[in-house]
Amino acid sequence: MDGLRAYGLIAGMWIRSSMAYRVSFAMTVVGNLLLSGLDFVAILLMFSRVDSLGGYSLPEVALLYGLSVTSFGLTDLAVNSLGQLGQRVRDGTLDTLLVRPAPVLAQAAADRFALRRVARLTQGALVLGYALLAVDVDWTPAKVLLVPVMLVSGAAIFGAVFVAGAAFQILVQDAAEVQSAFTYGGTTLLQYPPTVFGTELVRGVTFVVPLAFVNWLPATYVLGRPYPLDLPAWVAFTPPLAAAACCAVAGLAWRAGLRSYRSTGS
Amino acid sequence: MTDVTDVTDVTDTWRIWRKQTEVTEVTECFIDVDRLEKVFTVRKKTGFLKRERREVRAVDSITFSVARGEMVGYIGPNGAGKSTTIKMLTGILTPSGGRLRVAGIDPSRERTRLARRIGVVFGQRTTLWWDLPLIDSYRLMHRMYRIPDARYRENLDRCVELLEMEALLDVPVRQLSLGQRMRGDIAAALLHDPEVLYLDEPTIGLDVISKAKVREFLRELNAERGTTVLLTTHDLQDIEQLCSRVMVIDHGRLMYDGPLDGLHEAGESERTLVVDLERELPPIEAPPARVVRVEGPRQWLAFPASQSAAPLVARIAAEYPLVDLSVREPDIEAVIARMLHSLGDSPGAPRPPQERATA
Amino acid sequence: MGSVRLYAAVAVGGFRRYATYRAATAAGVFTNTVFGLILVYTYLALWDERPHLGGYDQAQAVTYVWLGQALLAALAIQGGGFESELMERIRTGEIAIDLYRPADLQLWWLANDLGRTLFQLLGRGVIPFVFGALVFPSALPRSPLTWLSFLVVVPLGAVVSFGIRYLVALSAFWLLDGKGMLQLLMITGVFCSGMTLPLNVFPGALGEVVRALPWSALLQLPADVLMGETDPLGAYVFAAAWAVVLLAAGRLLQSAATRRVVVQGG
Repeated sequence: MDGLRAYGLIAGMWIRSSMAYRVSFAMTVVGNLLLSGLDFVAILLMFSRVDSLGGYSLPEVALLYGLSVTSFGLTDLAVNSLGQLGQRVRDGTLDTLLVRPAPVLAQAAADRFALRRVARLTQGALVLGYALLAVDVDWTPAKVLLVPVMLVSGAAIFGAVFVAGAAFQILVQDAAEVQSAFTYGGTTLLQYPPTVFGTELVRGVTFVVPLAFVNWLPATYVLGRPYPLDLPAWVAFTPPLAAAACCAVAGLAWRAGLRSYRSTGS
Repeated sequence: MTDVTDVTDVTDTWRIWRKQTEVTEVTECFIDVDRLEKVFTVRKKTGFLKRERREVRAVDSITFSVARGEMVGYIGPNGAGKSTTIKMLTGILTPSGGRLRVAGIDPSRERTRLARRIGVVFGQRTTLWWDLPLIDSYRLMHRMYRIPDARYRENLDRCVELLEMEALLDVPVRQLSLGQRMRGDIAAALLHDPEVLYLDEPTIGLDVISKAKVREFLRELNAERGTTVLLTTHDLQDIEQLCSRVMVIDHGRLMYDGPLDGLHEAGESERTLVVDLERELPPIEAPPARVVRVEGPRQWLAFPASQSAAPLVARIAAEYPLVDLSVREPDIEAVIARMLHSLGDSPGAPRPPQERATA
Repeated sequence: MGSVRLYAAVAVGGFRRYATYRAATAAGVFTNTVFGLILVYTYLALWDERPHLGGYDQAQAVTYVWLGQALLAALAIQGGGFESELMERIRTGEIAIDLYRPADLQLWWLANDLGRTLFQLLGRGVIPFVFGALVFPSALPRSPLTWLSFLVVVPLGAVVSFGIRYLVALSAFWLLDGKGMLQLLMITGVFCSGMTLPLNVFPGALGEVVRALPWSALLQLPADVLMGETDPLGAYVFAAAWAVVLLAAGRLLQSAATRRVVVQGG
């Protein structure tokens, strides 16, 4: 609770700071919206030449896209700066967070909070809205319920990746790009149907870094399509469990990372 | 600058001081450090793909204690282990060995709890909010530290008055001068009534007026509130004007702990008297002072820092046509260097050269 | 000849500076490889659906992906070279010092950026490219002559990229906050260079337009030269023409900006 309160206080300060440059703020919101939309434009361009990709129609791909980008957008808005924690370690400013009476993770997550990142979330939600209207699904209560469950669990899984990555950056300060491979790379991967990818890759994101629980596993169930790996149907309902496990692992990693912190600079 | 007539050996001074603290320890010991150590493992490239691991003792078995209400200067060359010690005292770093208590709390185990009771000012790293008016940073402290409203008001008013910041509160921090920002940072660290204040180079880069304001404020803070202050600095005047006690650290070891005068003795440091004469004259003769530089009618005389300048000035004024004069304090690095040098010459102190860690 | 030595030294400096970030380089290689993998699978699915899309076969599409990952950092396709540093110097006024140097501002930064390009081509580009060529079917030329013409068109692309980014950087003389421009640079760079989808797949008039813009010299042109899909001479002329136009525009903007600095006194 202490952490959430500190998070709110710090995020509020950053929002006020960004309002010092209103024009720039408005520009970057529009820019982020465009930037975030580019990969969907790429998908639209693909579908201007083909009718299906990996056996999935445009509304079906849009559903995957919308789920992936919306849940990632939530996380990205909330904890984006954990992706650049290495920089704070490098220049020694992590120290200033460590002498405050609030959890460091909350402070680091709220660091450089930028409301403009709401753009990605908005864009993902728009595509998701379109997909939900356009996709051909026999909606059952379970399937309807799975949509919000996916978004929340997905955001938590991405959040765990951000936290674990931040812990790694305490050790290796220049590893920000490795983290991007899992965060931005992850959300990009999940925009496309699992049938597109090699089985090894699918196995990796199902069992090793369980990104498949963000949308692939539950969404294939919603769409009534087979998952490339032979898994029982009930796995589609396990994203909350996967999310909880990811968060636990990330929490441990964070503790270990912080304990090994060796402050630099004088 | 007081004169010390009895010349004592460094180690003696140190011993004397230790006896004193052993007494005060009984009354109230606020910071207690016992054989504190911090060892960093450094991986060094020794060839293509070959890497060597070696241990660097940034802090090497340091023992000291600070009583409540003391003002202590903590000095040493760059990379000596000053910052590493402070970072362990604040809980930023976990010690590799030894025992450490601040207000009875183990900093690294209960960092967050300790945070409410300490104030930290990082000299070259502001914690104020760059794009927001100064007052906004204070409002954040108010809420983050859950300072009772009345207490916050009172402390803020006091800081604003003593540090003369009335006109600055509504100015965005990015528009403040370095000196104004430092005052702002010090106030930010004090709003929650910390029992101890750590200052890392509080006067670095400040103009003379700002320096004076900061020092005066710290003195008052210490006198009125009894706040314990531990500061690192490169400015000997900070120490002279603020601290009754100095600790010198080098290569991670505590080399000296005692009053500043003793440090001068130990280092046989010299002050400089700059004399402007009416005209160009041959070098002034006034032993033990000796002329180190002559430039037209201006001459520079070095004399032992432990000696009063008064007799020397009186003598020169009587014998030479004097226009103006000023006394320059010895550079802290020079004092330490001389002290370390003299310690190195004395038996029992030689130490193998050791790699310096970033502190 | 003295000035040639000067700019050569500046270029070497640019190379060395990036060479010091070993961990960051390794992290970048990892990220480029991961993104390459994701893109390759989606392209394979796309070309599976429509063989010979845009005149490429599957192997060519795959090669295109890995070439994109190899050139992404080197040609700063989405930005990330000297421009933010130059913008910062303009913002803080340090640019005034640069203008008094006995060296040409544009040439100085060009040399610096070419040094960076060379390092990132070798340090970040080669490994993902080789990985892609070994793991996936690829369409690499056998003729050394083709490789040679590829090695000519890439530096031309680097100059075009510099020309674009120099204009963006100089905008800092007029705009207070550079974030918006950098974002614009990123959006145009990613979309118009063909990073998301090869430009020859873009439909109709949109395709005609993007293929005529300077960004096509960053990825599409080198790819087509490497895979023998276009006449190298025509490619040289296209890239060189854009390079000249952009550098000239940079000159004009630079002299306008210099006048501004002189008038304002920094």
